[in-house]
Amino acid sequence: MLWLPVLAVTAANWAMKAGGPLVLGQRRLPPRAVNVISLMAPALLAGLIVINLGGTSWSDVNWQQVLGVGAAGLARTLRAPMLLAVGCGIAVTALLRHLLT
Amino acid sequence: MGNLVLSRTRTSSGALTDGMRLGAGPGAATFVLGLAYGAAASAAGWGGAVPLVFSVLACSGSAQFTLLTTLAAGSAVAAVTAAVLINARYLVMSVALNDSLHGGRLRRAMQAQALLDASFAVGHRGNGRFDIARVIGASIPQWACWVGGTAVGLLAAPSAHLMHALGADVVFPAFFLMLALDELGKSQRAIVAAIVGAGIAAGLLFVTDPGNALLGATAAALVGAVHRPRPPAQRPARTS
Repeated sequence: MLWLPVLAVTAANWAMKAGGPLVLGQRRLPPRAVNVISLMAPALLAGLIVINLGGTSWSDVNWQQVLGVGAAGLARTLRAPMLLAVGCGIAVTALLRHLLT
Repeated sequence: MGNLVLSRTRTSSGALTDGMRLGAGPGAATFVLGLAYGAAASAAGWGGAVPLVFSVLACSGSAQFTLLTTLAAGSAVAAVTAAVLINARYLVMSVALNDSLHGGRLRRAMQAQALLDASFAVGHRGNGRFDIARVIGASIPQWACWVGGTAVGLLAAPSAHLMHALGADVVFPAFFLMLALDELGKSQRAIVAAIVGAGIAAGLLFVTDPGNALLGATAAALVGAVHRPRPPAQRPARTS
């Protein structure tokens, strides 16, 4: 019973990733569409950060997590390598939670 | 001609390696999320084979978590629909990627299977162009870490409380922030798109699920259609 929904979601996932190439083929997009596409990554990343911090109906907001992510961003802005910056954020959140329990 | 082919192969191989290096960070985050997924699937009584095969074939945290949580709460049709809708953004992303792919429709469709959120950002070279070798390279460590994380989660089944205490929930948004900071440095329009995207997602979270909110956030890229970059100022011609 579990296999059917799992395989259905997997097939739909493949189909969506194949959708653009299958429909468009070798046709080129007009310059205005390219301008839009060039901004997809920053728009998507900003959305991903918001939904990761907010969760469904903003019910998952956790200030220790927000401060940890902020600390990671600050460390990166101060030119820390990516992994070190994320480690810094994790440490801040874990420390705050440890101190509060 | 031979030199051109050789140089192109080297470039492609270099881009693949670059992508793998840049994908290692998000890969580490994916491992933690995969671990949480494996633990949750184990707790939900999914057994070992189904979640692991699901991770190998789909490699999609958002869809897999959605199916896991909604299947327990409602009908299979509703759960599958929710899991499919949450990944509708890949349709938009595959259209965006298409101009940078090579070969016929089928070959392009195969290359587009490497699409993952972080790989889409890593592979973006600016001006709407993507380096597919870099996209594939970035997806390799993420896929391996997602499958590995799922396996470890199924075996170790760490409690949600322990993951929370260790700050594991910071990993994913922090990595997305790192990638966003790199994107924001590319142009002022990118900053505008990110602010608008964050605003749309924030508003939509009040009325719909996170998958639809994320899909809505991609509409911020329409800033590119209405806000044109200012042409460089022309220097007045010298008269003397």
